[in-house]
Amino acid sequence: MGILNIMIAESTPNLFVDDLETPPLPLTTLAWKRFKRHRMAMLGGVFLILLVLYSFGGSLFVEEKYANFTNPPIRLNTPSWQHPFGTDTVGRDVLARTIYGGQISMIIGILAVIIETSLGILIGALAGYYGGTIDSLLMRFTEAMLNIPEIFLLIVMAKFFGNKIPNLTLLGRTFSGSVVVIIVIIGLTSWMYLARIVRAEFLSIKENDFILAAKATGTSNTEIIIRHILPNSIAPIIVSATLGIANAILSEAYISFLGLGVQPPTATWGNMLDGANNYIESAPWLWFFPGLLILLTVLSINFLGDGLRDAIDPHSRAI
Amino acid sequence: MTKQPLLDVKNLVTEFIIPEGIVYAVNGISFNVNPGETLAVVGESGCGKSVSMLSVMGLIPTPPGIIVDGEAIYGNKNLFKLAEEEMEQIRGKEIAMVFQDPMTSLNPVLTIGKQITEALICHFDITKNDARDRAISLLDMVGIPEARNRLDDYPHQFSGGMRQRVMIAMALACDPHLLIADEPTTALDVTIQAQIVELVLQLKRQKDMAVIWITHDLGVVAGIADRVNVMYAGYIVEEALVDDLYEDPRHPYTCGLLGSLPRVDHRRERKLCSIPGSPPSLLVKPVGCPFRPRCQYSKEICQFETPKLRETSRGHHVACWIDIQSGEQISGS
Amino acid sequence: MTRYILHRILQGIPLLFFISIILFVLMMNMGDPIATMGGRTATRPADRERLKRQLGLDKPIVVQYFYWLAGNDWTKIDLDGDGIGETYGERKGVLRGDFGYSLVNRGKPALAVIGERIPNTLILMVAAELVIILGSLLVGVYSALHQYSFTDHFITTLSFIGYSMPIFFIALLSMYIFAVLFKRWGLPYLPTVGMFDPQVGKTAGQVILHMILPVLSISVISLAAYSRYIRSTMLEVMNQDYIRTAKAKGLPRPQIVYIHALKNASLPIVTVIGLDLPLLLGGAVVTERIFAWPGMGRLFLDHVERGDLPVVMGILMLISVAVVVFQILTDIVYAWLDPRIRFG
Repeated sequence: MGILNIMIAESTPNLFVDDLETPPLPLTTLAWKRFKRHRMAMLGGVFLILLVLYSFGGSLFVEEKYANFTNPPIRLNTPSWQHPFGTDTVGRDVLARTIYGGQISMIIGILAVIIETSLGILIGALAGYYGGTIDSLLMRFTEAMLNIPEIFLLIVMAKFFGNKIPNLTLLGRTFSGSVVVIIVIIGLTSWMYLARIVRAEFLSIKENDFILAAKATGTSNTEIIIRHILPNSIAPIIVSATLGIANAILSEAYISFLGLGVQPPTATWGNMLDGANNYIESAPWLWFFPGLLILLTVLSINFLGDGLRDAIDPHSRAI
Repeated sequence: MTKQPLLDVKNLVTEFIIPEGIVYAVNGISFNVNPGETLAVVGESGCGKSVSMLSVMGLIPTPPGIIVDGEAIYGNKNLFKLAEEEMEQIRGKEIAMVFQDPMTSLNPVLTIGKQITEALICHFDITKNDARDRAISLLDMVGIPEARNRLDDYPHQFSGGMRQRVMIAMALACDPHLLIADEPTTALDVTIQAQIVELVLQLKRQKDMAVIWITHDLGVVAGIADRVNVMYAGYIVEEALVDDLYEDPRHPYTCGLLGSLPRVDHRRERKLCSIPGSPPSLLVKPVGCPFRPRCQYSKEICQFETPKLRETSRGHHVACWIDIQSGEQISGS
Repeated sequence: MTRYILHRILQGIPLLFFISIILFVLMMNMGDPIATMGGRTATRPADRERLKRQLGLDKPIVVQYFYWLAGNDWTKIDLDGDGIGETYGERKGVLRGDFGYSLVNRGKPALAVIGERIPNTLILMVAAELVIILGSLLVGVYSALHQYSFTDHFITTLSFIGYSMPIFFIALLSMYIFAVLFKRWGLPYLPTVGMFDPQVGKTAGQVILHMILPVLSISVISLAAYSRYIRSTMLEVMNQDYIRTAKAKGLPRPQIVYIHALKNASLPIVTVIGLDLPLLLGGAVVTERIFAWPGMGRLFLDHVERGDLPVVMGILMLISVAVVVFQILTDIVYAWLDPRIRFG
């Protein structure tokens, strides 16, 4: 292969240099170097930090009681110095609610991804490692889940689990029990892509000689999976989990927007939008600010995830 | 004797700008090829032989590649100065090219008939049917059995050697004056290699065209070339008639290449050379002789001054400060 | 090729069974169908029992699934609770095209309730697909051919934003701009509610006018995603050896781009488009809700709220069938485009 063939591969211009020129760098340094080249990813990271500061730092200045305080006489007030983002249909301060709503949305995003990732790894690993009947059953199941559009599945599951979980009190704050329901159903409806990725990784890694060697020395299956294969397939998992947070935040927003998600008084960016389409003209601040915050968060995470993919998992491709 | 060369390349400099820096792929080479002549360009992978030919053809991907300097005179035109439309008229029609890997060089989703005829239709005022007839005779000529039935087949239905024959048929479709063959046998089985070499030689004689044959295999060169250019790290380090080169290599690198070639049919007493080390980084603009770090003869001057090509005998040029027969630095520099 | 198609269809059937089982299990806790049937009138416990038996809700879930699938007109149903069946059931089962009767619109087959709404959703989907495919091809190919130009960077940024947009935000924003603000500025503005203006009537022009914003809302995300994907696929293809061969033949650039490159690039694109129908259908739910578009998505939301199982299940199954069929079609198109499979 001439230089040209290598250099022509526009997507991996660094391959040439990595292969022939530079002394091998530690993997993390290399990843960080690639990541830094992504200006948009850096920007996404900075924005995300600002958004987290907004949601979690904001609560130092505004009490949750204030965010949930209804005051009908001042309902649907236009933005002013006192209420910079205006007030909602029952006179709550929209700015304060975006702060607390952001906390819940982000927490839901992260916890749902933890469930999603655990399920995805578990199912993908079992299918990929054991193969055979287990594999074909699990993959059929995965495929079946993938074929039902996610929103429909979310709606059905939201109904299925209903509002049977009572409100919880945690760290002196009361959360609607529906928060837990939403976290669980988002986790349950989003693990499929990761399961496929993990399965593919397992299928290719388990053919390697070092796995054969581990087997030959009598290492148990669980240990091989956890110690040998999983660490080698961690890059796509990290990327998928990062992007998964954005998707989980979106899912929460969709389901709450449809009125089947987190129930008031607990605010989320999604349920602040519920019913907002009745106020498109009369009170655009009702939907504009939470909508914009969702967009910015998802955008930042997507930029970040894209950079992360290029940095640690350069062989895969964005869709 | 003022025969005008068919293609005359002077001082070609091609670089690639990539995030890590500049790749100095071709560093000011000059060469020419006469009508009907076969010129072989020899060197290791990454020495700039393909890049220099792609530069001439205007096929360097830009960005990242740029032709920084030089001219390529074909007829009375400088190919580097031509507009894209004028260059399209020359590519395929005047100068054609055959590439290294026939597996990837044919479009997998188009029939080979389509791929051959489109060049004809593009360059000549010819009907589709005539183009098909011509394509059949071309496939016949390159030795594809039952050519008529295979016109509507797709590349994956051919074996590697057959695909390379198709590539050659495609290249010869418009009767070019110059064929550039970029390692056309490297990706093939050894037995097929010989067939392809033989085919190109035969067609060259038939059509009286000039051929530039790029290869890293000196064994192939001996059989086909009139003249040989040896390239190293983006420089031409030696040029000679093929016999002169084999009889009397003047550059330590050529010597090393010949020395690493297993031969049973030749004089045994020739001193065996070897080439330690690996090619230099093309990311660093070379100072001095590019071959110096691997050269057993190197002297102080090699470190600071890049040697120019000098004539040692008629038609035999070498870029080296050392006369390797005596091991002494050449005088008069 | 025929064998290939048959093979794909045979693969789709067990998949649909899998889907139906998952959905059926999820349906078990969807609210109280008896209450839905009874409407506002308080139902006596005895009536509840009878209805329950009539609907087969007293049976174990496996039997219920079997009745749903294959009907119960071949077995006697015990209506009075004495343990002995006396009348034959009336259901024919899904396999024979009977999804049961809607509990909300009593006496109307679920399939008929759904059928009324299918065309409305279908025109949204078809229009959206057209916008997405044509738009993303245009944008994707353009930015691939002008890689790293200002327009390319601009499009890339824009498509990242589009890709990250929640559909409701696109919908609300576009309603605000094209209806509210345009009206305020005295410009011609777009309608935001329903399929047509009742004062004008359901004319083609009206429907098209009312479609613009919903189609835009459904399309933006996929449009953005595909543009990026087509761009990267085109770039990859343009760097292939066979493109260099085409250039070396002296072909003019348009012929290289639109015949040699696009035909190869279309292969991965077709796959991605085929896999994304679920996403599009999901988008329709939100869009139809916001724009009060009388399609299947809105029907689904309305009937989920009221626990109308036959209709909900019917919609879900029809959607799953649509998704599976669309995937098979995609595979066929792919095979048709790729000679390595067609003659493989």
